[in-house]
Amino acid sequence: MSSKSLTAEYLKGLWDENPVFRQLLGMCPVLAVTNAVINGIAMGLAASFVLILSSVVVASIKKLIPAQVRIASYIVVIATFVTIADRVMAAYFPPISKALGPYVPLIVVNCIILGRQEAFSSRNSVGRALIDALGMSTGFILALLILSSIREVLGAGTFLGYQVMGPWFKPWIIMILPAGAFITLGILLGIALAIEQRTRRGRA
Amino acid sequence: MDLLMLFIAAIFVQNYVLYYFLGICPFLGVSKRIDSAVSMGMAVTFVMTITAVVSWMINHWILIPFKLDYLQIVSFILVIAALVQLVEMFIRKISPPLYQALGIYLPLITTNCAIMGLALLTALRNYNFIHAVIFGVGSGLGFTLAIVLMASIREQLDLADVPEPLKGAGIALIVAGIMALAFTGFSGMIT
Repeated sequence: MSSKSLTAEYLKGLWDENPVFRQLLGMCPVLAVTNAVINGIAMGLAASFVLILSSVVVASIKKLIPAQVRIASYIVVIATFVTIADRVMAAYFPPISKALGPYVPLIVVNCIILGRQEAFSSRNSVGRALIDALGMSTGFILALLILSSIREVLGAGTFLGYQVMGPWFKPWIIMILPAGAFITLGILLGIALAIEQRTRRGRA
Repeated sequence: MDLLMLFIAAIFVQNYVLYYFLGICPFLGVSKRIDSAVSMGMAVTFVMTITAVVSWMINHWILIPFKLDYLQIVSFILVIAALVQLVEMFIRKISPPLYQALGIYLPLITTNCAIMGLALLTALRNYNFIHAVIFGVGSGLGFTLAIVLMASIREQLDLADVPEPLKGAGIALIVAGIMALAFTGFSGMIT
């Protein structure tokens, strides 16, 4: 049982334990769907839906799950919510569902979600698990938003489909190609680590 | 011809790691030395080929005939988890040297998005059986190629003077980006 305040429990997901920048988890969707802001947001919301509901369910049934089959049980819970998210998206937002392709069903193997169940929900109360999942989701959406904004603005000159760059601007095609995803995320990780090292030095 | 195209496309043009971004975790985690990268690549290729066969059979013989395709995600993930376990036990019995080489990498593969992605992509694209198998083998070899190349670059990178914050994952991702850029050169091969 952790003794942190609920606010701290929420805030740790934003920076100290940010799933993407600090824990390097769930990189596949982060790289794959961030070529446009709208795709990044859709992926962020879908993953958050799954993470929050799975955390609540796992935290509430944790006493019923035998330790030997816990991973398999978590996967079944997660897969159920992923199926719901996938079907809802296909029914109500067909263009986005098409753009995200196999990456929505792939949320099921996203290491952030399974990782939080194993590391947090299975040993904390329902309320704490909910707050933790909310924090991690916010951190994940934030990372997707930053990466997809950089890539869409530089790669297409637009933000959420609206033109933001003047007519002088020549889009950097590389940014919407897979290569742009790797390079941008690499640089962002470097920046995040540099900030962290500087603040740690400041505290010491 | 069609099959050859599919095979080449899976290895070079639509490389599993550098185009679909699947299997990034092992790609970054197990690419520090060439020999472990080769073992990981072999393990993934092996499991991918079997997954392609088994997931195709489940999808076409069970899920589609009984109109259960909404259970795709759940059934694929459980079957893959069971399959990897089975393969591990099988190899340990049949070939201890192979188990020595692949052993520790097999459990890691279970929650690997590359394997799940393969099952989903095969189902999504309605491949027939032969195509599914070729796609599985090709994707596995593509993954092996990418991870071995990456490992050979990273062995050299140890000697390079990398800025402190970029060490580790940062520079690995940037190198991967440059590799992806080089691989886009192959896109002319498929029309």
